[in-house]
Amino acid sequence: MHTSSPSGLSRRRFLASTAMAALLAASGKAFGDVIRGTQPFSPFDYAPPETLPGGRWYFFSPDEARAVEAIVERLIPADDLSVSGKEAGCAEFIDRQLAGSYGSYERLYMQGPFQKGTPEQGDQSEFVPRARYRRGLAALDAWCRASHSKAFAELPGETRDEILSGLEAGKIELPGFDGRLLFETVLGNTMEGFFADPIYGGNKDMVSWKMLGFPGARYDYRDYVERHNEKLDLPPLSIAGRPEWKTRG
Amino acid sequence: MAVKLPRKDVVVIGLGWAGSIIANELTDEGLDVVAIERGPWRDTARDFNIATAADELRYNQRQELMVRPAQNAITVRNNASQTALPMRNWGSFHPGNGTGGAGNHWAGITFRFGPDDFRLKSYLTEKYGAAAMPEELTLQDWGTDWAEMEPHYASFDRIAGISGKAGNLNGVIQEGGNPFEGPRSEEYPTKPMRQPYGPTLFAEAARKLGYKPFPVPSALLSEAYTNPLGVTMGPCTFCGFCTNYGCANYSKASAITTVLPALVRKSNFTAVTNSEVLRVTLDRSGTRATGVVYVDSSGQEWEQPADLVVVSAFTFENVRLMLLSGVGKPYDPATNSGSTGRNYCYQTANSVQMFFDDKNFNSFIGGGAVGMGIDEFNNDNFDHSGLGFFGGGSIRVTPIGAAPIGSRPTPPGTPRWGSKWKSETQKAYLSTMSIGCEASSYAIRGNYLSLDPTYKDRLGRPLLRVTFDFPENDLKMAQYCTSRVAEIARAMGPRQIVERPMKGHWNSVPYQSSHVVGGFVMGTDPTTSSVNKYLQAWDVPNLFVVGASAFPQNPGYNPTGTVGALAFKAADAIRTLYLKAPGALVPA
Repeated sequence: MHTSSPSGLSRRRFLASTAMAALLAASGKAFGDVIRGTQPFSPFDYAPPETLPGGRWYFFSPDEARAVEAIVERLIPADDLSVSGKEAGCAEFIDRQLAGSYGSYERLYMQGPFQKGTPEQGDQSEFVPRARYRRGLAALDAWCRASHSKAFAELPGETRDEILSGLEAGKIELPGFDGRLLFETVLGNTMEGFFADPIYGGNKDMVSWKMLGFPGARYDYRDYVERHNEKLDLPPLSIAGRPEWKTRG
Repeated sequence: MAVKLPRKDVVVIGLGWAGSIIANELTDEGLDVVAIERGPWRDTARDFNIATAADELRYNQRQELMVRPAQNAITVRNNASQTALPMRNWGSFHPGNGTGGAGNHWAGITFRFGPDDFRLKSYLTEKYGAAAMPEELTLQDWGTDWAEMEPHYASFDRIAGISGKAGNLNGVIQEGGNPFEGPRSEEYPTKPMRQPYGPTLFAEAARKLGYKPFPVPSALLSEAYTNPLGVTMGPCTFCGFCTNYGCANYSKASAITTVLPALVRKSNFTAVTNSEVLRVTLDRSGTRATGVVYVDSSGQEWEQPADLVVVSAFTFENVRLMLLSGVGKPYDPATNSGSTGRNYCYQTANSVQMFFDDKNFNSFIGGGAVGMGIDEFNNDNFDHSGLGFFGGGSIRVTPIGAAPIGSRPTPPGTPRWGSKWKSETQKAYLSTMSIGCEASSYAIRGNYLSLDPTYKDRLGRPLLRVTFDFPENDLKMAQYCTSRVAEIARAMGPRQIVERPMKGHWNSVPYQSSHVVGGFVMGTDPTTSSVNKYLQAWDVPNLFVVGASAFPQNPGYNPTGTVGALAFKAADAIRTLYLKAPGALVPA
């Protein structure tokens, strides 16, 4: 998996520069490491989190991406408290998760036979997340075109809300895919994206953490533990640090 | 074909708390010990790097520290009339993986069980009469007692550096501690944790109602501590990335922060990681273990002969290995015969949630074992005459942290998305707390562990099948204890309280606790137990099976302190009794 350190030095670039260094060393020329804007080590070198750089879709087709963006901006609408799930990067988060080990349920027990159990036996679907999105979004698209003559993303906000509520309640039956499973999968992943560390592509500018007053990836509250019933207003911190840490001076 | 390796004195299966403690004790005895661990070697500096440890998506959602279900899963059902299906992702509990095991991502709450717990059936029968015992319960005595257990609890406390305040020192009740605990021979190794607001508010309310609140005994240490092996730990920083996470501060006691750094340096110890034991091998008579067969990550099988075999994996794998190896007779609930898989119990998780308008708990400050508790409604600390149930729970406020993918309390009826969802989530985030009641789980005939007839692991071996539902006794207890908790909650003056006693069927989906116990239980009778009081298998004297698999039922306490004590107890029996006269330590 291609990874990038949060400080901006991508692992691919890091490896490329190492390869370059090896070439230079082999050719007998002296070389120096150029260090700019980041620590000269890769902090996740041993056990990195699985992240991908932004700027492109990895799993979703353009239509799928539009549909997911149109869902997440209704699940988490823009209001006085925060930007929308779309603006916070929830769709990008989901796309990158699907491209990674989560997308194939690599860690999970996915051997058959698959059969529907009791509610207490939990999720018994044979579909891994990638299949849930691919099949589920196609089914949603077909349903929207049949009943509204438009793609989901082209529908007004209120109509999208009605459809999402219908899926949530199991009142809308999609052709060929369990609409409730689609809804639950997207809702769960959207919340993950909105509240996870921004290194995974969502929670842009730590927007959800600022909204809640969650200080993020801080590691020491010894000075605060006995400050009871006090509003602390600690600015949040990502695993990648804080934008203010990038200074000019 | 398995390649045969040179013989060792001892082979240990699993390097969590139990295996690491026993391996360390037996290497001290001069024995040559090899330990086989299905997961990787884990090290704080490398695996729980402070730069990356505070990652909720990775550790809480994607469960990186838990064993991958793709490698070891279980199947679940509520009763024998259902078809068990695989738990495809961990929900109700979180088995660990790698050195340290579940002890890396545990909460760190380190209770000792009470003196009466070890002879529960006898104790309740003597006190209330045989007629008072609910018919469904199959309670058993452990075959040991407080006097035998206490020194081993003390050994575990010292190795782990547990923080707390004694409530009973050599029979003298101590102000500020838990007055219901059994007499301790010594004070906790480190002072109690400092407390955030939620536990403090709870303790004040409980005190006003006449209860005796005490700091929850914690394996997250309050101060720097060097244990008897010379391994040093640092103070907890209340970071709140604790339960389900590895600790980057060397503050949470686990085998990797307390035992393995010393053990791995010994020349008579070898660890083999990323290698999974397939079975314990027995000789033709079936009464002597000859070693184990394991498979490494390349798929190569190895046979490791040993004079002594110690099985010290997680409860599930202990029992599955015994079933796969043909040790003991599989338990059959229909005939109530056999012992392997018997008396599987869990923990009954209850809570009361409180929504305030005028409080700020800063609930992101905390740790798995940071908190205050009371014990007035645990076990038999209250009179059960006429209540129609036995048991009870540990009541406490332990803010474990509040990373917001998982920790977003909202009042019942709140939508799950949209603007209203968001405003309610924002409003409640810092102003909500809850009181937990981790309650007992008592054995019934129909709850048991067995091999699944259908589902197999990646190596083609049957998965372990869990058949479990909450006994009527435990549901009545849950209702009663949660009502007592709600009284304390109301005294704290919240806008709204939500009572959540355990109800209905056991649901494998939401996390409750990883306190799965039983299946290869201790006892005095070889027909209803699998190991004697030294954790020695009745049928196979050179096999010791150690862990929560030995609990015949579960009291209202977290199990790890007792797992640690049992590990020291088994090691002590091997050192002082078995090695002098190898054979059955208790006549069957």
